[in-house]
Amino acid sequence: MLPPRPGVGFKPQHFQALLDDPGPVEWLEIHAENYMGDGGRPQAQLRHLAERFPISVHGVGLSIGGESPLDHDHLTRLKQLCDRLQPASFSEHLAWSSHEGIWFNDLLPLPYTDETLTRVAGHVSQTQDRLGRRMLLENPSSYMAFPESDWPEVEFLREICRRTGCGLLLDVNNVQVSGVNIGYDPAAYLASYPIDLVEEIHLGGHRAEVDAAGQPLLIDDHGAPVADPVWQLYAQVLRHGRRPTLIEWDNDVPDWPTLTGEATRAARLMAAS
Amino acid sequence: MTHARLAAALLEADAVPQPRFAIHRNNVTHSLIKALEEGFPVTRRLVGSDFFTAMARVFVRQHPPRNPLLMLYGIDFPAFLRTFAPAQSLPYLSDLAALEQALRESYHAADATPIPPDAFAALTETHRVTLAPALRLIRSDWPIWSIWTTGGEAPLPPTESTDVVVLRPGFDAIPHPLPAGGGRFLGALLDGQSLGRALSAAPENLDLTAILTLLLHGNGLVSVI
Repeated sequence: MLPPRPGVGFKPQHFQALLDDPGPVEWLEIHAENYMGDGGRPQAQLRHLAERFPISVHGVGLSIGGESPLDHDHLTRLKQLCDRLQPASFSEHLAWSSHEGIWFNDLLPLPYTDETLTRVAGHVSQTQDRLGRRMLLENPSSYMAFPESDWPEVEFLREICRRTGCGLLLDVNNVQVSGVNIGYDPAAYLASYPIDLVEEIHLGGHRAEVDAAGQPLLIDDHGAPVADPVWQLYAQVLRHGRRPTLIEWDNDVPDWPTLTGEATRAARLMAAS
Repeated sequence: MTHARLAAALLEADAVPQPRFAIHRNNVTHSLIKALEEGFPVTRRLVGSDFFTAMARVFVRQHPPRNPLLMLYGIDFPAFLRTFAPAQSLPYLSDLAALEQALRESYHAADATPIPPDAFAALTETHRVTLAPALRLIRSDWPIWSIWTTGGEAPLPPTESTDVVVLRPGFDAIPHPLPAGGGRFLGALLDGQSLGRALSAAPENLDLTAILTLLLHGNGLVSVI
Protein backbone atom coordinates (compact mmCIF):
# COMPACT_ATOMS: atom_id res chain seq x y z
CA MET A 1 0.00 0.00 0.00
CA LEU A 2 1.14 3.54 -0.74
CA PRO A 3 1.31 5.87 2.29
CA PRO A 4 -1.53 8.44 2.54
CA ARG A 5 0.99 11.18 1.84
CA PRO A 6 2.16 13.19 -1.20
CA GLY A 7 4.01 11.55 -4.07
CA VAL A 8 5.22 12.79 -7.45
CA GLY A 9 5.61 11.35 -10.91
CA PHE A 10 9.33 10.60 -11.19
CA LYS A 11 11.26 12.33 -13.97
CA PRO A 12 14.91 11.35 -14.60
CA GLN A 13 16.03 15.00 -14.58
CA HIS A 14 14.98 15.17 -10.89
CA PHE A 15 16.95 12.09 -9.83
CA GLN A 16 19.73 13.87 -7.92
CA ALA A 17 17.58 16.67 -6.48
CA LEU A 18 15.09 14.08 -5.24
CA LEU A 19 17.80 12.07 -3.49
CA ASP A 20 19.36 15.21 -2.01
CA ASP A 21 16.10 16.50 -0.58
CA PRO A 22 12.79 14.72 -1.16
CA GLY A 23 10.96 17.41 0.82
CA PRO A 24 7.34 16.34 1.35
CA VAL A 25 7.58 13.56 -1.26
CA GLU A 26 7.13 10.12 0.34
CA TRP A 27 6.48 7.94 -2.69
CA LEU A 28 7.03 7.93 -6.45
CA GLU A 29 5.05 6.95 -9.49
CA ILE A 30 6.56 5.78 -12.77
CA HIS A 31 5.00 5.16 -16.15
CA ALA A 32 5.43 1.44 -16.65
CA GLU A 33 6.28 1.71 -20.34
CA ASN A 34 9.29 3.96 -19.69
CA TYR A 35 10.89 1.15 -17.67
CA MET A 36 10.45 -1.73 -20.08
CA GLY A 37 13.94 -1.47 -21.51
CA ASP A 38 16.41 -4.23 -20.70
CA GLY A 39 18.90 -2.22 -18.64
CA GLY A 40 21.02 0.90 -18.53
CA ARG A 41 20.41 4.10 -16.62
CA PRO A 42 16.57 3.92 -16.40
CA GLN A 43 16.64 0.51 -14.72
CA ALA A 44 19.56 1.45 -12.46
CA GLN A 45 17.80 4.63 -11.30
CA LEU A 46 14.60 2.72 -10.69
CA ARG A 47 16.38 0.05 -8.60
CA HIS A 48 18.02 2.79 -6.55
CA LEU A 49 14.75 4.63 -5.97
CA ALA A 50 12.80 1.47 -5.16
CA GLU A 51 15.17 0.82 -2.25
CA ARG A 52 14.26 4.22 -0.80
CA PHE A 53 10.64 4.96 -1.75
CA PRO A 54 7.38 3.04 -2.21
CA ILE A 55 6.75 2.90 -5.97
CA SER A 56 3.48 3.09 -7.85
CA VAL A 57 3.59 1.57 -11.34
CA HIS A 58 1.17 3.43 -13.58
CA GLY A 59 0.51 1.88 -16.98
CA VAL A 60 -0.45 3.96 -20.00
CA GLY A 61 -0.34 1.31 -22.69
CA LEU A 62 -2.48 -1.70 -21.80
CA SER A 63 -5.63 -0.53 -23.61
CA ILE A 64 -7.96 -2.07 -21.06
CA GLY A 65 -11.00 -0.70 -22.88
CA GLY A 66 -9.84 -1.96 -26.27
CA GLU A 67 -11.98 -4.13 -28.52
CA SER A 68 -8.88 -6.14 -29.35
CA PRO A 69 -7.73 -8.77 -26.85
CA LEU A 70 -5.12 -7.54 -24.37
CA ASP A 71 -1.60 -7.65 -25.79
CA HIS A 72 0.02 -10.78 -24.33
CA ASP A 73 3.54 -9.49 -24.80
CA HIS A 74 2.68 -6.26 -23.04
CA LEU A 75 1.04 -8.08 -20.14
CA THR A 76 4.19 -10.16 -19.83
CA ARG A 77 6.35 -7.03 -19.78
CA LEU A 78 4.11 -5.59 -17.04
CA LYS A 79 4.35 -8.79 -15.06
CA GLN A 80 8.14 -8.83 -15.32
CA LEU A 81 8.31 -5.20 -14.18
CA CYS A 82 5.96 -5.81 -11.22
CA ASP A 83 7.72 -9.05 -10.23
CA ARG A 84 11.09 -7.31 -10.31
CA LEU A 85 9.97 -4.17 -8.52
CA GLN A 86 7.24 -5.43 -6.16
CA PRO A 87 5.55 -2.02 -6.36
CA ALA A 88 3.16 -0.74 -3.70
CA SER A 89 0.50 -0.22 -6.36
CA PHE A 90 -0.34 -0.89 -10.01
CA SER A 91 -2.86 1.22 -11.89
CA GLU A 92 -4.18 1.66 -15.43
CA HIS A 93 -6.79 3.73 -17.25
CA LEU A 94 -10.42 3.33 -18.20
CA ALA A 95 -9.60 3.96 -21.87
CA TRP A 96 -8.40 2.27 -25.03
CA SER A 97 -5.15 3.04 -26.79
CA SER A 98 -4.57 0.28 -29.31
CA HIS A 99 -6.52 -1.52 -31.98
CA GLU A 100 -5.47 -4.53 -34.06
CA GLY A 101 -1.82 -4.18 -33.18
CA ILE A 102 -1.47 -0.42 -33.65
CA TRP A 103 -0.74 1.67 -30.57
CA PHE A 104 -2.01 5.25 -30.60
CA ASN A 105 -0.23 6.77 -27.59
CA ASP A 106 -3.41 8.44 -26.36
CA LEU A 107 -6.09 7.53 -23.85
CA LEU A 108 -9.14 7.18 -26.06
CA PRO A 109 -12.73 7.48 -24.82
CA LEU A 110 -15.25 4.70 -24.28
CA PRO A 111 -19.05 4.66 -24.35
CA TYR A 112 -20.50 3.45 -21.06
CA THR A 113 -22.66 0.53 -22.19
CA ASP A 114 -23.24 -3.01 -20.92
CA GLU A 115 -21.03 -4.25 -23.74
CA THR A 116 -18.12 -1.98 -22.72
CA LEU A 117 -18.63 -2.94 -19.09
CA THR A 118 -18.35 -6.65 -19.83
CA ARG A 119 -15.24 -6.13 -21.94
CA VAL A 120 -13.47 -3.83 -19.47
CA ALA A 121 -14.31 -6.02 -16.48
CA GLY A 122 -12.95 -9.02 -18.38
CA HIS A 123 -9.71 -7.21 -19.19
CA VAL A 124 -9.31 -5.97 -15.61
CA SER A 125 -9.77 -9.50 -14.28
CA GLN A 126 -7.36 -10.90 -16.85
CA THR A 127 -4.77 -8.29 -15.87
CA GLN A 128 -5.17 -8.95 -12.16
CA ASP A 129 -4.89 -12.71 -12.74
CA ARG A 130 -1.79 -12.34 -14.90
CA LEU A 131 -0.03 -9.91 -12.56
CA GLY A 132 -1.15 -11.78 -9.45
CA ARG A 133 -2.13 -8.50 -7.84
CA ARG A 134 -5.08 -6.19 -7.47
CA MET A 135 -5.10 -3.12 -9.69
CA LEU A 136 -6.54 0.38 -9.54
CA LEU A 137 -8.54 1.81 -12.44
CA GLU A 138 -8.37 5.55 -13.22
CA ASN A 139 -11.34 7.67 -14.31
CA PRO A 140 -10.68 9.33 -17.70
CA SER A 141 -10.46 12.94 -18.77
CA SER A 142 -13.17 13.31 -21.41
CA TYR A 143 -13.62 15.74 -24.26
CA MET A 144 -16.85 14.21 -25.55
CA ALA A 145 -19.69 11.98 -24.43
CA PHE A 146 -21.13 9.13 -26.48
CA PRO A 147 -24.89 9.28 -27.13
CA GLU A 148 -25.06 5.48 -26.70
CA SER A 149 -23.76 5.65 -23.11
CA ASP A 150 -26.43 4.42 -20.72
CA TRP A 151 -24.37 4.21 -17.52
CA PRO A 152 -23.26 7.26 -15.52
CA GLU A 153 -19.44 7.13 -15.30
CA VAL A 154 -19.43 6.81 -11.52
CA GLU A 155 -21.83 3.85 -11.57
CA PHE A 156 -19.85 2.29 -14.41
CA LEU A 157 -16.65 2.45 -12.33
CA ARG A 158 -18.42 1.17 -9.22
CA GLU A 159 -19.78 -1.81 -11.16
CA ILE A 160 -16.34 -2.70 -12.59
CA CYS A 161 -14.97 -2.71 -9.02
CA ARG A 162 -17.88 -4.90 -7.87
CA ARG A 163 -17.31 -7.43 -10.67
CA THR A 164 -13.50 -7.56 -10.52
CA GLY A 165 -12.50 -6.54 -7.00
CA CYS A 166 -10.23 -3.80 -8.37
CA GLY A 167 -9.82 -0.44 -6.63
CA LEU A 168 -9.99 3.08 -8.01
CA LEU A 169 -7.47 5.77 -8.77
CA LEU A 170 -9.38 9.05 -8.57
CA ASP A 171 -7.93 11.72 -10.85
CA VAL A 172 -9.49 14.91 -9.51
CA ASN A 173 -8.17 16.98 -12.40
CA ASN A 174 -9.87 14.59 -14.82
CA VAL A 175 -13.17 15.17 -12.98
CA GLN A 176 -12.80 18.93 -13.44
CA VAL A 177 -11.71 18.57 -17.09
CA SER A 178 -14.55 16.18 -17.96
CA GLY A 179 -17.12 18.21 -16.01
CA VAL A 180 -16.31 21.40 -17.93
CA ASN A 181 -15.99 19.63 -21.29
CA ILE A 182 -19.10 17.48 -21.08
CA GLY A 183 -21.15 19.77 -18.91
CA TYR A 184 -21.62 18.24 -15.48
CA ASP A 185 -20.98 19.55 -11.98
CA PRO A 186 -17.64 18.13 -10.76
CA ALA A 187 -18.62 18.56 -7.10
CA ALA A 188 -21.82 16.57 -7.62
CA TYR A 189 -19.85 13.89 -9.49
CA LEU A 190 -17.49 13.58 -6.52
CA ALA A 191 -20.38 13.54 -4.05
CA SER A 192 -21.60 10.34 -5.72
CA TYR A 193 -18.11 8.81 -6.10
CA PRO A 194 -17.34 5.63 -4.13
CA ILE A 195 -14.48 7.21 -2.19
CA ASP A 196 -14.16 4.07 -0.05
CA LEU A 197 -12.80 2.29 -3.16
CA VAL A 198 -10.22 5.03 -3.85
CA GLU A 199 -6.64 4.06 -2.99
CA GLU A 200 -4.82 6.81 -4.83
CA ILE A 201 -5.53 10.36 -5.99
CA HIS A 202 -4.02 12.18 -8.97
CA LEU A 203 -3.71 15.96 -9.14
CA GLY A 204 -2.44 17.45 -12.39
CA GLY A 205 -2.61 20.58 -14.47
CA HIS A 206 -4.74 21.37 -17.51
CA ARG A 207 -4.89 24.01 -20.22
CA ALA A 208 -7.99 26.15 -20.75
CA GLU A 209 -9.13 26.72 -24.34
CA VAL A 210 -12.31 27.55 -26.22
CA ASP A 211 -13.49 25.15 -28.93
CA ALA A 212 -14.64 26.03 -32.45
CA ALA A 213 -18.23 26.33 -31.23
CA GLY A 214 -17.18 28.86 -28.58
CA GLN A 215 -17.57 26.38 -25.72
CA PRO A 216 -15.01 26.17 -22.89
CA LEU A 217 -12.59 23.31 -23.41
CA LEU A 218 -10.06 22.01 -20.89
CA ILE A 219 -7.15 20.00 -22.25
CA ASP A 220 -5.66 17.49 -19.81
CA ASP A 221 -2.02 18.19 -20.65
CA HIS A 222 -0.27 17.62 -17.26
CA GLY A 223 1.81 20.63 -18.19
CA ALA A 224 0.92 23.23 -15.55
CA PRO A 225 0.35 23.69 -11.82
CA VAL A 226 -2.81 22.18 -10.36
CA ALA A 227 -5.67 24.62 -10.98
CA ASP A 228 -7.55 26.24 -8.09
CA PRO A 229 -10.91 24.52 -8.77
CA VAL A 230 -9.07 21.19 -8.64
CA TRP A 231 -7.55 22.04 -5.24
CA GLN A 232 -11.07 22.86 -4.01
CA LEU A 233 -12.40 19.53 -5.28
CA TYR A 234 -9.43 17.79 -3.64
CA ALA A 235 -10.34 19.40 -0.29
CA GLN A 236 -13.87 18.07 -0.78
CA VAL A 237 -12.51 14.53 -1.30
CA LEU A 238 -10.26 14.82 1.76
CA ARG A 239 -13.34 15.12 3.98
CA HIS A 240 -13.64 11.34 3.51
CA GLY A 241 -10.09 10.73 4.73
CA ARG A 242 -6.54 11.04 3.44
CA ARG A 243 -5.35 9.13 0.40
CA PRO A 244 -1.93 8.76 -1.29
CA THR A 245 -1.90 11.84 -3.53
CA LEU A 246 0.22 12.24 -6.66
CA ILE A 247 1.31 15.48 -8.30
CA GLU A 248 1.33 14.59 -11.99
CA TRP A 249 3.40 16.91 -14.20
CA ASP A 250 4.51 15.23 -17.43
CA ASN A 251 4.97 18.04 -19.95
CA ASP A 252 7.00 21.24 -19.58
CA VAL A 253 8.32 19.53 -16.45
CA PRO A 254 9.32 22.16 -13.87
CA ASP A 255 12.37 22.19 -11.60
CA TRP A 256 12.30 20.11 -8.42
CA PRO A 257 11.43 22.96 -6.01
CA THR A 258 8.38 23.91 -8.12
CA LEU A 259 7.20 20.30 -8.19
CA THR A 260 7.69 19.79 -4.47
CA GLY A 261 5.88 23.10 -3.90
CA GLU A 262 2.77 21.45 -5.34
CA ALA A 263 3.36 18.40 -3.13
CA THR A 264 3.68 20.70 -0.10
CA ARG A 265 0.32 22.27 -0.94
CA ALA A 266 -1.25 18.79 -1.05
CA ALA A 267 0.42 17.93 2.28
CA ARG A 268 -1.01 21.09 3.89
CA LEU A 269 -4.52 20.28 2.71
CA MET A 270 -4.13 16.73 4.04
CA ALA A 271 -2.94 18.07 7.40
CA ALA A 272 -5.90 20.44 7.56
CA SER A 273 -8.44 17.71 6.78
CA MET B 1 -19.11 3.23 -32.98
CA THR B 2 -16.46 0.55 -33.44
CA HIS B 3 -12.81 1.04 -32.61
CA ALA B 4 -11.96 0.12 -36.19
CA ARG B 5 -13.94 3.15 -37.35
CA LEU B 6 -12.40 5.42 -34.71
CA ALA B 7 -8.90 4.07 -35.34
CA ALA B 8 -9.26 4.96 -39.02
CA ALA B 9 -10.17 8.51 -38.06
CA LEU B 10 -7.07 8.74 -35.86
CA LEU B 11 -4.47 8.02 -38.52
CA GLU B 12 -6.18 8.58 -41.85
CA ALA B 13 -7.92 11.59 -43.27
CA ASP B 14 -11.37 10.19 -42.47
CA ALA B 15 -13.85 12.63 -41.02
CA VAL B 16 -13.91 12.48 -37.23
CA PRO B 17 -17.17 11.10 -35.78
CA GLN B 18 -17.67 14.27 -33.77
CA PRO B 19 -15.68 17.51 -33.70
CA ARG B 20 -14.16 16.91 -30.28
CA PHE B 21 -12.69 13.57 -31.40
CA ALA B 22 -10.25 15.72 -33.39
CA ILE B 23 -8.53 16.48 -30.06
CA HIS B 24 -7.55 12.82 -29.86
CA ARG B 25 -6.40 12.79 -33.48
CA ASN B 26 -4.16 15.77 -32.73
CA ASN B 27 -2.85 14.12 -29.55
CA VAL B 28 -1.94 10.95 -31.44
CA THR B 29 -0.14 12.70 -34.29
CA HIS B 30 1.63 15.31 -32.19
CA SER B 31 2.77 12.94 -29.46
CA LEU B 32 4.21 10.49 -32.00
CA ILE B 33 5.96 13.27 -33.92
CA LYS B 34 7.35 14.51 -30.59
CA ALA B 35 8.66 11.02 -29.82
CA LEU B 36 10.54 11.04 -33.13
CA GLU B 37 11.87 14.56 -32.49
CA GLU B 38 13.27 13.38 -29.16
CA GLY B 39 14.68 10.20 -30.65
CA PHE B 40 16.32 11.76 -33.73
CA PRO B 41 17.57 15.20 -32.60
CA VAL B 42 20.56 15.42 -34.96
CA THR B 43 18.56 14.26 -37.97
CA ARG B 44 16.05 16.96 -37.06
CA ARG B 45 18.68 19.68 -36.71
CA LEU B 46 20.14 18.72 -40.05
CA VAL B 47 16.89 19.00 -42.03
CA GLY B 48 15.31 21.77 -39.94
CA SER B 49 12.35 21.41 -37.63
CA ASP B 50 9.64 22.21 -40.21
CA PHE B 51 10.93 19.66 -42.71
CA PHE B 52 11.38 17.09 -39.93
CA THR B 53 7.82 17.57 -38.68
CA ALA B 54 6.38 17.20 -42.18
CA MET B 55 8.49 14.07 -42.74
CA ALA B 56 7.56 12.62 -39.33
CA ARG B 57 3.87 13.26 -39.99
CA VAL B 58 4.04 11.07 -43.10
CA PHE B 59 6.02 8.41 -41.20
CA VAL B 60 3.64 8.12 -38.23
CA ARG B 61 0.71 7.52 -40.59
CA GLN B 62 2.60 4.85 -42.55
CA HIS B 63 4.38 3.27 -39.57
CA PRO B 64 2.37 3.80 -36.37
CA PRO B 65 3.81 2.15 -33.24
CA ARG B 66 3.17 -1.58 -32.83
CA ASN B 67 3.71 -1.48 -29.06
CA PRO B 68 3.74 1.14 -26.27
CA LEU B 69 7.56 1.24 -25.88
CA LEU B 70 7.78 4.76 -27.22
CA MET B 71 11.44 5.17 -26.26
CA LEU B 72 12.33 2.84 -29.14
CA TYR B 73 9.65 3.99 -31.60
CA GLY B 74 11.21 4.68 -34.98
CA ILE B 75 13.01 1.45 -35.81
CA ASP B 76 11.54 1.77 -39.33
CA PHE B 77 12.46 5.44 -39.63
CA PRO B 78 15.91 4.94 -41.27
CA ALA B 79 14.44 2.65 -43.96
CA PHE B 80 11.60 5.11 -44.50
CA LEU B 81 14.10 7.95 -45.02
CA ARG B 82 15.96 5.88 -47.61
CA THR B 83 12.94 6.02 -49.91
CA PHE B 84 11.29 9.28 -48.80
CA ALA B 85 11.49 11.27 -52.04
CA PRO B 86 11.77 14.82 -50.59
CA ALA B 87 14.87 13.73 -48.59
CA GLN B 88 16.81 12.22 -51.51
CA SER B 89 19.15 15.22 -51.73
CA LEU B 90 20.54 14.08 -48.35
CA PRO B 91 21.56 10.50 -49.13
CA TYR B 92 23.25 10.02 -45.73
CA LEU B 93 20.12 10.93 -43.77
CA SER B 94 18.98 7.34 -43.42
CA ASP B 95 22.33 6.18 -41.99
CA LEU B 96 22.44 9.15 -39.63
CA ALA B 97 18.98 8.17 -38.34
CA ALA B 98 20.20 4.57 -38.02
CA LEU B 99 23.01 5.83 -35.79
CA GLU B 100 20.55 7.75 -33.62
CA GLN B 101 18.29 4.70 -33.33
CA ALA B 102 21.36 2.61 -32.40
CA LEU B 103 22.20 5.11 -29.63
CA ARG B 104 18.68 4.75 -28.16
CA GLU B 105 18.81 0.96 -28.36
CA SER B 106 22.22 0.92 -26.73
CA TYR B 107 21.03 3.22 -23.92
CA HIS B 108 18.23 0.80 -23.02
CA ALA B 109 20.11 -2.45 -23.71
CA ALA B 110 20.79 -5.04 -21.01
CA ASP B 111 23.65 -4.52 -18.59
CA ALA B 112 26.61 -6.88 -18.87
CA THR B 113 29.89 -7.34 -17.03
CA PRO B 114 32.91 -6.76 -19.27
CA ILE B 115 35.71 -9.33 -19.34
CA PRO B 116 38.62 -8.50 -17.00
CA PRO B 117 41.79 -7.01 -18.55
CA ASP B 118 43.80 -10.23 -18.00
CA ALA B 119 41.28 -12.27 -20.03
CA PHE B 120 41.57 -9.54 -22.62
CA ALA B 121 45.35 -9.86 -22.67
CA ALA B 122 45.07 -13.64 -23.17
CA LEU B 123 42.95 -13.44 -26.35
CA THR B 124 44.18 -15.55 -29.25
CA GLU B 125 42.96 -16.02 -32.81
CA THR B 126 41.00 -19.17 -31.96
CA HIS B 127 38.81 -17.40 -29.41
CA ARG B 128 35.26 -16.37 -30.05
CA VAL B 129 33.98 -13.38 -28.12
CA THR B 130 30.54 -12.27 -27.03
CA LEU B 131 30.00 -8.58 -27.59
CA ALA B 132 28.05 -6.45 -25.12
CA PRO B 133 24.25 -6.22 -25.62
CA ALA B 134 24.70 -2.44 -25.75
CA LEU B 135 27.15 -2.62 -28.69
CA ARG B 136 25.80 -1.52 -32.05
CA LEU B 137 27.59 -1.51 -35.40
CA ILE B 138 26.45 0.91 -38.11
CA ARG B 139 28.07 0.41 -41.49
CA SER B 140 27.73 3.32 -43.85
CA ASP B 141 29.12 4.77 -47.05
CA TRP B 142 28.90 8.24 -45.49
CA PRO B 143 30.90 9.93 -42.71
CA ILE B 144 27.96 9.73 -40.30
CA TRP B 145 30.09 9.92 -37.16
CA SER B 146 31.41 13.32 -38.32
CA ILE B 147 27.94 14.46 -39.34
CA TRP B 148 26.53 13.35 -35.98
CA THR B 149 29.38 15.04 -34.10
CA THR B 150 29.08 18.39 -35.83
CA GLY B 151 25.33 18.22 -36.29
CA GLY B 152 25.99 19.08 -39.91
CA GLU B 153 26.84 22.63 -38.88
CA ALA B 154 30.64 22.61 -39.17
CA PRO B 155 33.12 21.38 -41.79
CA LEU B 156 33.51 17.65 -41.56
CA PRO B 157 36.74 16.39 -40.01
CA PRO B 158 38.39 13.81 -42.27
CA THR B 159 37.81 10.15 -41.39
CA GLU B 160 39.54 7.08 -42.76
CA SER B 161 36.42 4.95 -42.43
CA THR B 162 32.70 5.55 -42.39
CA ASP B 163 31.68 2.68 -40.07
CA VAL B 164 30.69 3.46 -36.50
CA VAL B 165 30.49 1.40 -33.33
CA VAL B 166 28.25 2.45 -30.44
CA LEU B 167 29.54 1.42 -27.00
CA ARG B 168 28.16 1.98 -23.52
CA PRO B 169 30.99 2.01 -20.99
CA GLY B 170 28.67 3.33 -18.25
CA PHE B 171 25.14 4.60 -18.74
CA ASP B 172 25.72 6.81 -21.77
CA ALA B 173 25.86 5.33 -25.27
CA ILE B 174 28.82 6.77 -27.20
CA PRO B 175 29.54 6.44 -30.93
CA HIS B 176 33.11 5.94 -32.14
CA PRO B 177 34.45 6.01 -35.69
CA LEU B 178 36.09 2.70 -36.56
CA PRO B 179 39.51 2.42 -38.18
CA ALA B 180 39.51 1.26 -41.81
CA GLY B 181 38.19 -2.30 -42.08
CA GLY B 182 36.85 -2.21 -38.53
CA GLY B 183 33.25 -2.55 -39.67
CA ARG B 184 33.95 -5.81 -41.48
CA PHE B 185 35.94 -7.16 -38.53
CA LEU B 186 33.26 -6.30 -35.93
CA GLY B 187 30.52 -7.54 -38.24
CA ALA B 188 32.26 -10.93 -38.38
CA LEU B 189 32.54 -11.03 -34.59
CA LEU B 190 28.83 -10.17 -34.30
CA ASP B 191 28.14 -13.12 -36.62
CA GLY B 192 29.89 -15.36 -34.07
CA GLN B 193 33.11 -15.95 -35.97
CA SER B 194 36.42 -16.49 -34.17
CA LEU B 195 38.92 -13.67 -33.85
CA GLY B 196 41.11 -15.28 -36.48
CA ARG B 197 38.28 -15.61 -39.02
CA ALA B 198 37.14 -12.07 -38.31
CA LEU B 199 40.68 -10.88 -38.94
CA SER B 200 40.86 -12.68 -42.23
CA ALA B 201 37.61 -10.96 -43.26
CA ALA B 202 39.22 -7.57 -42.67
CA PRO B 203 41.94 -5.88 -44.75
CA GLU B 204 45.54 -6.65 -43.79
CA ASN B 205 46.26 -3.13 -42.60
CA LEU B 206 43.46 -3.36 -39.97
CA ASP B 207 44.49 -1.55 -36.79
CA LEU B 208 43.52 -4.39 -34.46
CA THR B 209 45.06 -2.75 -31.41
CA ALA B 210 42.98 0.37 -31.91
CA ILE B 211 39.77 -1.65 -32.21
CA LEU B 212 40.49 -3.87 -29.21
CA THR B 213 41.37 -0.82 -27.14
CA LEU B 214 38.07 0.77 -28.11
CA LEU B 215 36.22 -2.39 -27.09
CA LEU B 216 38.14 -2.70 -23.81
CA HIS B 217 37.51 0.90 -22.78
CA GLY B 218 33.92 0.78 -23.97
CA ASN B 219 33.07 -2.43 -22.07
CA GLY B 220 32.32 -4.02 -25.43
CA LEU B 221 33.44 -7.59 -24.69
CA VAL B 222 31.49 -9.64 -22.17
CA SER B 223 32.79 -13.18 -22.61
CA VAL B 224 35.46 -15.23 -24.32
CA ILE B 225 34.85 -18.78 -25.51
